[in-house]
Amino acid sequence: MWWRSASFILDRQQNDAALRPDTSSTITPPPPTESSSAMGLPTDHNPNISAYYQTRAAHHAVVTSDWLAQAQAAAVVAHDPPQSTSTADPDKPFSVIDVFNNWRRQPDLAEAVAAIRALAAVIRSSQASTMMQLEIELKKASDSLKAWDTTSISLTAGCDLFMRYVTRTSALEYEDFNSAKSRLIERAEKFGEISYKSRKIIAMLSQEFIFDGCTILVHGFSRVVFEVLKLAAQNKKLFRVFCTEGRPDRTGLRLSNELAKLDVPVKLVIDSAVAYTMDEVDMVFVGADGVVESGGIINMMGTYQIALVANSMNKPVYVAAESYKFARLYPLDQKDLAPALRPIDFGVPIPSKVEVERSARDYTPPQYLTLLFTDLGVLTPSVVSDELIQLYL
Amino acid sequence: MDTRRAPRAVIDPKVRKVGFFAPPELSQPGLPDPIPLPSSSLSPVMIPPPRHSSENLLHHARPLAPTVPGASSVSIEGSVVAGGSYGSSSELFPAPMSPASSSYSSSRFVGGGDGDYCLNGAAVASPGRGGGKAATSFPRGGFESPAAKASSVPASGLTTVSVVNDSSLGIRGREKADNGGGSALEAKDQATNSKQKKDKTTKAERRALQEAQRAAKAAAKAEGNKASGTVTSGTAKPAKAIKPPHKVDNSSVAASEKKGCDRPPEKDRKKDVPQPRMQYDDESRVEKAKRRAVVKQTEARNRVELFRHLPQYEHGSLLPDLEAKFFQLDTVHPAVYKAGLQYLSGNISGSNARCIAMLQAFQDAIRDYRVPPEKTFVRDLTAKISSYVSFLIECRPLCISMGNAIKFLKTRIAKLPLTLSESESKASLHSDIERFINEKIILADKVIVKHAVTKIRDGDVLLTYGLSSAVEMILLHAHKLGKQFRVIIVDSRPQLRGKILLRRLVEKGLSCTYTQINALSYIMHEVTRVFLGASSVLSNGTVYSGVGTACVAMIAHSFRVPVLVCCEAYKFSERVQLDSICSNELGDPEVISKVLGREDVNYLDGWANTENLQLLNLIYDATPSDYISMIVTDYGMVPPTSVPVIVREYRREQLWI
Repeated sequence: MWWRSASFILDRQQNDAALRPDTSSTITPPPPTESSSAMGLPTDHNPNISAYYQTRAAHHAVVTSDWLAQAQAAAVVAHDPPQSTSTADPDKPFSVIDVFNNWRRQPDLAEAVAAIRALAAVIRSSQASTMMQLEIELKKASDSLKAWDTTSISLTAGCDLFMRYVTRTSALEYEDFNSAKSRLIERAEKFGEISYKSRKIIAMLSQEFIFDGCTILVHGFSRVVFEVLKLAAQNKKLFRVFCTEGRPDRTGLRLSNELAKLDVPVKLVIDSAVAYTMDEVDMVFVGADGVVESGGIINMMGTYQIALVANSMNKPVYVAAESYKFARLYPLDQKDLAPALRPIDFGVPIPSKVEVERSARDYTPPQYLTLLFTDLGVLTPSVVSDELIQLYL
Repeated sequence: MDTRRAPRAVIDPKVRKVGFFAPPELSQPGLPDPIPLPSSSLSPVMIPPPRHSSENLLHHARPLAPTVPGASSVSIEGSVVAGGSYGSSSELFPAPMSPASSSYSSSRFVGGGDGDYCLNGAAVASPGRGGGKAATSFPRGGFESPAAKASSVPASGLTTVSVVNDSSLGIRGREKADNGGGSALEAKDQATNSKQKKDKTTKAERRALQEAQRAAKAAAKAEGNKASGTVTSGTAKPAKAIKPPHKVDNSSVAASEKKGCDRPPEKDRKKDVPQPRMQYDDESRVEKAKRRAVVKQTEARNRVELFRHLPQYEHGSLLPDLEAKFFQLDTVHPAVYKAGLQYLSGNISGSNARCIAMLQAFQDAIRDYRVPPEKTFVRDLTAKISSYVSFLIECRPLCISMGNAIKFLKTRIAKLPLTLSESESKASLHSDIERFINEKIILADKVIVKHAVTKIRDGDVLLTYGLSSAVEMILLHAHKLGKQFRVIIVDSRPQLRGKILLRRLVEKGLSCTYTQINALSYIMHEVTRVFLGASSVLSNGTVYSGVGTACVAMIAHSFRVPVLVCCEAYKFSERVQLDSICSNELGDPEVISKVLGREDVNYLDGWANTENLQLLNLIYDATPSDYISMIVTDYGMVPPTSVPVIVREYRREQLWI
C-alpha cells in the first residue's frame, strides 16, 4: 500500500510468492449468472461455496415469484428421508452428512438442530456397546460434519454443544448403556422443540424494548427477528419497519412480504440507503449467524456497516440470537474468518478480469452492539464470553 | 424507555445456567436445584452440574494434555533451552554454590533441634557431637563459592567461620561441663525476645553494634562462660554487646514468627478484602517496617513527589551488603537467599521466571524444614514462608504472579490434614508446588502458544515489545509451523530486553526488525498484529505490564491494529487499578541518567546532589482495556472483560484446589 514505510520491500518479497496462486484462483470462475443455480439446493457440495449460505438463500430469498413452490417441493422431498435412511437401506454405509443434509432442507429447522438430529441418527445406528465407544463414534461424526461445512458457525456450535452434553452429563453416569443411549436420542429429538421455544422466549424478552411509534430497521431475513416483530404486532404495538433489501439473495423482500401480511407498515430500503434513512430510525434489529466470544456477531454481509452507521448516530443496535449460536470463535478482524463464499448475481455478465467480493458474511465487533436478546436473558456483549466460559470450560 | 417496562410475565430470564442441563429429577441432591422450570419450557443450552469436583478437574486438565506431543513441545523445549528463561535457577547460578549450600543446610539440621536458626548458635550451643562435626566440616564446603562470587566476602566469611570453628572446639569442653544448659538457655532467649524487641535500638545503631561484635568476638570467645552468664541474667544492653551476633537476627525472626502465628485467624477474616499496601510516604510505618527488615536499605534521595508512596532505595549498596551477610542471615534458607540475590542482581527477571525461581526455592526450603519442638507443622511453616517472603520483598517487590503463587502455597499448607506425618505433608507440598509450576505456568504457556498461533497468518507483520517468554514461544512455534511472517521487535531503554528476544529469534531464522519505541508510530503502519506479554491482568481488564506497553497498545489501537495480550491465568488478579501510579515499582534512577557507550553524555552526572531534579524510572505501567483486543490465556482467547469471570470461576476451585 502506498503509505507503507520503507520495509514494504521486505513485504513484497515475501508476499509475492504467497499471493500468486491466490489471484489466479479468484479470476477463473465467473459467478454463475442464472438465478436457478442460486435457488437450487446444493446436491453436490462445492467446497468454494458456503453450503450454509446456499441453504439460507434457498430458504429465505425471494429471487423468483415461484420460490415458495420450490421450497415446498424441497421440504416435501426432505420430510421422509431421515426415516428412510435409517430403515430402508441397511447395506448402504451410514453417512452423517447425508442425514444432516436431509434435515437441513427443512425451511423451519435451524442448522444446529439439523446437526444434532444427524448426530442422534449416529447414535441410533451405532453398534457401540460402551459409552466410550459411542463417544468416539460421535466425535468422529461431528468432526466430519464440521469439516463438511467449515463456514457454518451454528453447525459447529451445535455439534460442540451436543458433544458437550454427551461427555459431561451426570444424567448418563449411573445408568446402563441402553438407557443412556435412549436418553441422548430423546434429548436430540427435543432440541428442535427447544430451538423453537427459545425463539418465543427471545420474542417475549424483546417486547419491552419496542415502544409505540418507533421505527425499526431490519437487515435481511432472520427467523428470530421476524418472531420478535410478529409478537409485537400481535401485542398491538404501533411501529413501522424499514427492511433492507438484503442483496444478493434479497432476503429482505421476503421479510417485507411477511410483515405486510401482518399489517405492519413496511418500507423497503436498498442496502445502500441505510445511512440515508438512519435518522428516522429508532433502533436496529438484526439476527446473527453466530455470536462469538468477544460478544460480536457474525451475520449476513452488511450488518457491520449498518452497525457502524447506527453507532455513529447513537441508535441502539439489538441482536436477537438463540444461545446455541454462541461459538468459541474470536475473530480479530473481518478477514480472520474462514471465508464463506456464495455466488452473486449482478444481472449482467462480469468480465473475467474483474474480481468479485463474494463473501457472504461479516463480523460486527461488540463495541457497535447495544444488547443481545437471547433465551438466557438480555445480555450485554461482554456477557457472551462469560456464558461461553461456563459452557465450554 | 424505562417507564414502559411492564413486569415480566415471561420465564425468569435471570436463570444463569448455560448449556444442556440434566432433567431436573436427575440433578444431584447436593447441588442447588438448577432451575425451577416447568418441564415443557426447556432452555436450549443448559449445562449439567459437574459430576464431581475431581471430574471437573480432569476436564480442565484435559485440554492441556494434547499440546505436549509433536512439534509444539519440541519447539518449546528449544526455546527454554535457548532462552533459559525457564531454566532452573541452578544454571543461572554458579555451580559450586549448590554443594556449598547443601552442606550448609545439612550442618544446620544435623546440629540439633534447638539450634535451627543460627549456624553460629548451633555450633556454640549444641552439646551433641554431630553439631560440632558439621560445623567443622562446613568451612571446607562453603569456602570456594563465596570466594568466586564476590570479592568482599572471603575476608569476613573466613574470619567468622574460623571463629565459629575455634569457638565450637574451644567451648565444647565447657559446654559439656555446663551440663547441657544450651537448650534451656535457648528457650529462655526466645521468651525474652519480645522484651528485647521493645528496647531494641534503631537499625543503624544495631548495625554498628553488629560490626563491633564481630570484631570483639574473639574476645567474647575467651570469656564465653561469662557471656552466657550475662545472657541468662537478663537482656541489658551491655550484655548484648558481648553477645554473639546471631542474637539480633534470632530476635527479629522470632518476632516475625510470633506475628505469623498470631495472624492466621484474623487473616482468615480479612481474606476477602485485599490488604492495603504499604505506603512508603507514611514515615512511622516505614520506620516500623525497617525495624523488622532483615536487609538494610537506604532510602534514595530526590524522589519524585507523585511516587513517594513507593519504596525506592539506593541501588548498588544492597547486593554487596547481602552477599557479605550470606553466612549471618541464618533465618533465610540458602535457596531462598539465592533467589533473593538473583532478583536483586537482575539475573532473574520476568514474572514467570521469578515465580518459578521462588517456588523452587520454597521447595528446597520445605524439604529441609524440620518442625521445632512444641510447634505445629502448619503454623510454623506458614510463619517461615512469610519470613522468606518478606525477605524476598526486601530484595525486590513481589510481582502479582508471585503473590498468587504464595497465596496458593499458603492455602495448601493450611489445608494439610492434621493426620499427615511431617514427611508426608512435606512430600505433598512438594508435589503441589511441582504441579503448580507444571500446570499453571509451563503447560499454560503451551496452551497459550497453541491458541495464539491460530491468529498468525501468512504474510503477517507481528510487533512485540520488550521480552515476554510467552510471546517468544508463540513466535518460535509459528515459525516452526512454517508460517511466513515478519517480526518487529520494539525496545526501550534502559533495560533493552528486546535485544535478548531479537538474538533468540534471529538465531532460529526468523526475519526480524529491531527498533526503539520512538519509531513506533512510523513502523505501526505495516503491522498487522501486536503481541504483548503481561505481568498481570487486573479485574477491570487493565493490563499491568512492563513500562512502555501502554504506549505500544495505544498507538496500535489508534492504527486499528489488533492487540493480543498473552498472559497465563495464574497472573490474573482480583484487584482493580485505574492508573499506574498507585501501585508500581521504582527502578534505579541511576540507569536512566547514563547512556551506555556514550561517555560524553554526562549531563546528569551528580544529579542526586541537585535539589530540584528528580529522576523517575518506572518499571510497570497499566494499559486500559480499551486498547486490548484479546487476551490469550490458558482458558482460551477471551476479551478483557472476561478476566473477572475466569478469576471468579477458577480461583476458588482450581488454584486453591
